[in-house]
Amino acid sequence: MTADLTAETTAAPTPAALLDPPRPPIARLALVELRKMTDTRAGRWLLVLIALVDVAMMPVMLFAVPGEDQTLYDMVSAATTGTALLLPILGVLAVTSEWSQRTTLTTFTLVPGRHRIVVAKVAAAWVLATVFTAVSVVTAVLGRAVGELLGRSSGSWELPPEYVAKILLMAVISVTIGVAFGMVFMNTPLAIVLYFVLPIAWTTLGETVDKLRGAAGWLDTNRTMEALNQTSVSGEDWARLGVSLAVWLVLPLVAGVIRLTRREVK
Amino acid sequence: MIDVKGLSKRYGDVPAVENVTFHCAPGTVTGFLGPNGAGKSTTMRMICGLTPPTAGSATVQGVPYARIANPGRHVGVLLDAAAQHPGRTGRETLALTAQTIGVDRRRVGELMEAVGLPPKAARRRVGGYSLGMRQRLGIAQALLGDPGVLILDEPANGLDPEGIFWMRSLLRDFADRGGTVLLSSHLLREVEAVADRFVVIAGGRIAAQGGKDELLAAPGGVLVRGLDPAALGAALAAAGLAATADRTGAFTVRASAEQVGRAAARAGTVLLELRQAGGGGLEELFLSLTSAPAAPSPVAPEEALR
Repeated sequence: MTADLTAETTAAPTPAALLDPPRPPIARLALVELRKMTDTRAGRWLLVLIALVDVAMMPVMLFAVPGEDQTLYDMVSAATTGTALLLPILGVLAVTSEWSQRTTLTTFTLVPGRHRIVVAKVAAAWVLATVFTAVSVVTAVLGRAVGELLGRSSGSWELPPEYVAKILLMAVISVTIGVAFGMVFMNTPLAIVLYFVLPIAWTTLGETVDKLRGAAGWLDTNRTMEALNQTSVSGEDWARLGVSLAVWLVLPLVAGVIRLTRREVK
Repeated sequence: MIDVKGLSKRYGDVPAVENVTFHCAPGTVTGFLGPNGAGKSTTMRMICGLTPPTAGSATVQGVPYARIANPGRHVGVLLDAAAQHPGRTGRETLALTAQTIGVDRRRVGELMEAVGLPPKAARRRVGGYSLGMRQRLGIAQALLGDPGVLILDEPANGLDPEGIFWMRSLLRDFADRGGTVLLSSHLLREVEAVADRFVVIAGGRIAAQGGKDELLAAPGGVLVRGLDPAALGAALAAAGLAATADRTGAFTVRASAEQVGRAAARAGTVLLELRQAGGGGLEELFLSLTSAPAAPSPVAPEEALR
């Protein structure tokens, strides 16, 4: 389609004057994308909402769960509810809001290498995933401490580092799936609804249709990611996770990048 | 410098832009004129690498746009002033661009002042901006990287007369310092005063292009008005110039302005007015070029679809 353009591209070298200043480094683009995710009212409220849900789970744990089950481990698990549920929406919005507000006109005019914007967006989403994982851990520690003071929590204070790593991994995975869905559908409501509905539909299908049950164990992220929550994760668990992520993360990510780099910007 | 060669864009069977070729030299302002839907925006998006062309090529400063390492520092682009996130403040919008292209944050404040968006307006969300304010913001954004080329799509849209005047002097100044300007408009009046060259597009094809004088050389003659109509009439007759008088005592003469001026000077009669006849000679030309119903495009041969 752009044969003439690329033919010419390879013909003459770009004059040095046009290569200076150099293209914006990915780290800078990631900072810009991070800023874009947090500088609008919608983005900011979503972040506040995630934190609020995380914090709100603490009283739920303190008052609804038997004291001996209120371990720090379980508190952290509860404190990631908001992150796990809502952070992917931020990933979706990071892509779809650019198309709906047509800011892609500016973004891709300033950075014609669109795949670099994708990398920057994913990196920024990972930064937020890390920040919110830290927020969850701090919230859980505070929640557990309050439980101690109120005399309601009697569970262990133990928190294995690999468990924190697993939570971080899940947050990173889910927000990346959000970005990928955003790129594939490029439409906010559609991407968000499908992000939630498709896995549920698949889970239901896997549970009701006998023949799919075996496959669901390998392809249903609700089940494969749940395995990460167990104290010991087997090699097969990781393999199942890998296969399910190939379908839910890698496939949409690749399709999304192809669509994003090809789509005409209007 | 902008070079567009045989640029074409088809959407399925529908041609949006067909074989558009033009050149914008440094130090000039090129007015890209045509009615709505003529293909101006599509052409500009193709120049900026946002729309892949079906055929042809476009270069900016000698290379395809996407090959410029940090294009925001060489080319100022405003393709649609309305395409800004309404939830960001004007200042934040510019700050994002400044950070992306790596210019000093202080330039944001300077430019906002320069385009007539005072600090109070800069702190407001773009959603509350009028179209005119968004245009000013977009122009500030385009100028942020101190570029040598400006590509502006309908920048005068929504500006008040004072704003249009301001934009004209800004662009004139930019070109006089050696910059290249391509600006589009569907209203001739907006760009007539500032453009050196015009590219008129209608139905996706170039209808006419050239310097202002070239395009005006079309027959129509000049209109001349003197302090003493009778003496002026005699002077014109003496110079052998065919002149027709109108009710107000002005003459329409089939000759160049220089010929008429010399005839009056020889007779020593005072001129009050000497200009191209027809008021908007360019406007008439523009209307005649663009109002004709677009000819049905021939069925595309196979290779054109490639």
